Amino acid sequence: MIPAPFSYYRALSVDEALDLAAEHGEEAKFLAGGHSLLPLMKLRLALPEVVIDIGRLADLSHIRDAGDHITLGALTRHHDLEHSGLLARELPLLACAAGQVGDPQIRHRGTIGGSLAHADPASDLPAVVLALDATLVARGPSGTREIAAADFFGGLFETALEPDELLTEIRVPKPAAPRWSFQKFTKRAIDWAIVGVAVQGDAVALVNMGETPLRAAAVERALADGAAPRAAAALAAEGTRASADINATRDYREHLARVLVARGLQEAHARA
Amino acid sequence: MDGDRASVLGSRVLRMEDHRLLTAGGTYVADLRVPELAGAAQVTFVRSPIAHALITGIDASVALGEPGVVAVLTGRDLGDLNGQAGQPMPEPLLATGRVRFVGEPVAMVITDGRYQGEDAAELVSVDYEPLAAVVGFGAALADETLLFPDTGSNVVATGGDEQGAGDAMFDGCDVVLGATFPNQRVAPVPLEVRGAAAAWADGRLTVWASTQNAQIARATISGRLAMDQAAVRVITPDVGGGFGAKIGTDRDAIAVAWAATRVGRPVCWSETRGENLVAMTHGRSQRQTVRIGGTRDGRILAYRLDFVQDLGAYPRGAYLASLTRLMTSGAYEIPRVRCGYQVVVTNTTPVDAYRGAGRPEATAAIERAVDMFAAEIGMDPAEVRRLNVVPPGSFPYTSPTGAVYDTGDYAAALDKVLAAAGYRDLRAEQARRRERGDTMQLGIGLSVYVEVTAGDHASGETGKVEVHEDGTVTVSTGSSPHGQGHATSWAMLVQEELGIPMADVTVVHGDTDVIPRGTGTYGSRSLQLGGAAVQKAAAAVREQARGLAAELAGATEAEMELDPRLGIWRVRGESGTELEWGKVAGQAGIEGLVADVLFVAKSPTFPFGAHVAVVEVDTETGKASLVRHVTVDDAGTLLNPLLAEGQRHGGIAQGAAQALVEEVLYDPDGNPLTATLADYATITATELPSFELVASQTPTAVNPLGAKGIGEAGTIGSTPAVQSAVIDAVAHLGVRHIDMPTTPQRVWAAISAAAISAARGGQ
Repeated sequence: MIPAPFSYYRALSVDEALDLAAEHGEEAKFLAGGHSLLPLMKLRLALPEVVIDIGRLADLSHIRDAGDHITLGALTRHHDLEHSGLLARELPLLACAAGQVGDPQIRHRGTIGGSLAHADPASDLPAVVLALDATLVARGPSGTREIAAADFFGGLFETALEPDELLTEIRVPKPAAPRWSFQKFTKRAIDWAIVGVAVQGDAVALVNMGETPLRAAAVERALADGAAPRAAAALAAEGTRASADINATRDYREHLARVLVARGLQEAHARA
Repeated sequence: MDGDRASVLGSRVLRMEDHRLLTAGGTYVADLRVPELAGAAQVTFVRSPIAHALITGIDASVALGEPGVVAVLTGRDLGDLNGQAGQPMPEPLLATGRVRFVGEPVAMVITDGRYQGEDAAELVSVDYEPLAAVVGFGAALADETLLFPDTGSNVVATGGDEQGAGDAMFDGCDVVLGATFPNQRVAPVPLEVRGAAAAWADGRLTVWASTQNAQIARATISGRLAMDQAAVRVITPDVGGGFGAKIGTDRDAIAVAWAATRVGRPVCWSETRGENLVAMTHGRSQRQTVRIGGTRDGRILAYRLDFVQDLGAYPRGAYLASLTRLMTSGAYEIPRVRCGYQVVVTNTTPVDAYRGAGRPEATAAIERAVDMFAAEIGMDPAEVRRLNVVPPGSFPYTSPTGAVYDTGDYAAALDKVLAAAGYRDLRAEQARRRERGDTMQLGIGLSVYVEVTAGDHASGETGKVEVHEDGTVTVSTGSSPHGQGHATSWAMLVQEELGIPMADVTVVHGDTDVIPRGTGTYGSRSLQLGGAAVQKAAAAVREQARGLAAELAGATEAEMELDPRLGIWRVRGESGTELEWGKVAGQAGIEGLVADVLFVAKSPTFPFGAHVAVVEVDTETGKASLVRHVTVDDAGTLLNPLLAEGQRHGGIAQGAAQALVEEVLYDPDGNPLTATLADYATITATELPSFELVASQTPTAVNPLGAKGIGEAGTIGSTPAVQSAVIDAVAHLGVRHIDMPTTPQRVWAAISAAAISAARGGQ
């Protein structure tokens, strides 16, 4: 519960953050809201030698209407996503999901970029950006690159980001259809999802059904082929690789995925 | 005003301690900045990462070279003080030779700074030779691997009725059924973790400890360290919750106290939450087998409980089994009752008192059995309970296991709670949902309970009341608040007896130099023993004051009267003779106006009550949500209903938590799987409804306040009611039982199993 020794740097600009990252390489970790990294450090499961605090980079905290899409600064806090009028109109799925992350204290500190870069498959927002076909923008020493959400999550706590890259922005296309739903199944309100489902239009993404957030491809295909929502939902566990833990066996997770996808599709449909 | 007055007793007086606790914050052990602890070193424990192993070597040389390291102390440094010579299963202060649970303290690293300690502790090299771990009831009883090889068995004790004895007890029953289920291990999780600080000067050891009982802690520390009791002073600052797990003191704090005598400077220790979850004692942890029999028209004729009590690695809590046995038959009058038990050790965190300590376990067992009986004979569980509870005219009632229930009316409690809950309407709503085949089904669970408080009534409690020359009062209590509201309650009692306003009353506790005699707070004993002592001391002070006031007024004692509203003495009927308390106290001279009382009750008391829990179960996911919880918790005469309700609220929440979500888990090798608060699921406000509390007061004659204990009642009543409600919600699907905690996966599995069984049955 007390972290191992580390060096702390506070970056005052994105450039400075990138310089520090380039200097320290794989020994360094970016610190945003701190609600994923710090607990791991306190348990000594994460042992970064260098922590680069980017929490004060105010220009990375914004929610903007960019015409056909919304741009989100990577340091936008869950609380701000939850209470944004713009998101309530344009991306209610994201606003809703952000409002269910952890508890109010966590939502006041945690950031969307931090959550995505941490890439915990049990986190809500990775699946949400996957369902929304978002584009993630990273800056590194050689400039800026765009990564599709579908290419971003590589494995358990692994992303397409290089150690010297910083996630700066998330671009989310405005959905064509108003049909959405977020289904989060937990034992207690503050818990990570045992299983979660994000539905946007005909896109269905799963929380905690594998080492990364997943699109429920079989469900989406069935829907495209004209299957009824319930029949499509029965395919929710296809292609998933859910783990077993003290809260759920793999069987139970697969069952929950089918139930929650059915409910998600039903709720999304009801919004149309 | 002719002596008539508004009594403060029974009023909803707001807690006097809350302003300080909620604004400035309390001063807990970790906050202490007293001069005696200036320059204190920090203690970090090296704890075993292995459940069962031989220690073949400890090398602290690398750690000793680290920055800020003052010393690394092991069991060898403790010498003869380390062991418990003569005990068959001795628990050393620091493990030597063998570790028996993950989290067991092996060494202490003493450093200038806390963080240095955490780093250096990682560098203390302990060689472990792993042994097979004994985890679970079966492994313990198998005796293939022994925690204490010299004893020849993991069984610490057996008690009660032998297996097989009284098999004929079920003769004549129309229906006999039985089941085996766990009363699972839970963690106390007080907001304030364990902590202690110690200073050694001039041959005296002063220990600041987060404890429920300063005087017991002093006895334990002086005993274990072979010191004269007078050479040890224990001080308890504010204590942020204990729930039984801070009774007295455990080995960690004793080792910290000893370290202060070794390193030439004071020492402080405050554990992390991770340590707390593996090294503070756990609670419950029984495997229970019930057998119940009776007639088809609802009379229970025989009940037998056999259980195995898992005490974890060291037998601290062996008494839990006899407390469970004492309450075997619960609130019911059952002609034939038997109970037998085995107490075992396992390679897990030690198990000791936790809110209820024995009574929740006994209550959960019989309530489950009564529900199963009701289901089997197809009778409403409320009706079965009404038929079988001890009738109101039977008190004092001696139970088959020897408990003497003082007063009660269990049927009345049941009827009250059913009326308040709208039981018939709830059943109608349940029937509608079942008929419609709703996904969200309704479950209704009942419990009727009786429990024992102030079980150690014979040790009594001390209370000292002193009126000062400025008219203020100091109450010194042997009782030990850690959330209960003693400062408020004791001031109410003083105001009542002396007419001195509560605001002028200061309550002092938990310093053995100031209050050498006392027992402290556990077993819901404080008000009925400690409060009664304060009341008696205040009354004694009043009578002393009468004599002093008479001297001052030149009147006889009989002529003196105390205006209880104004707190003023006068000669009856003579204006101009008024004497304030301060003046009367001044007349006492050097001896002071003071009374010191030890109140001993002649027996324990037996609070009782009835709970109705209403849950909604999502039959597709298995998730159960508690939507209503209605209770009657009768704790005799209430001094302050607001405080009593607070105790009920906390108790209900903790009990519901055991039924719904909380469980300490180990893997087969004894590795804890719930060692963080992300994995150990304490319940939170979002999982709980507003509780509906029904008033009921049946006084006891055991103490002058008419009070019984209320601290644990909510926990005892709520666990079985909530578990029963979850099962009831899916009973129509063929589910007969679900183990606690009734997690979504368990409920879903039970529904699935019942569906498969129904399908097979239909073939």
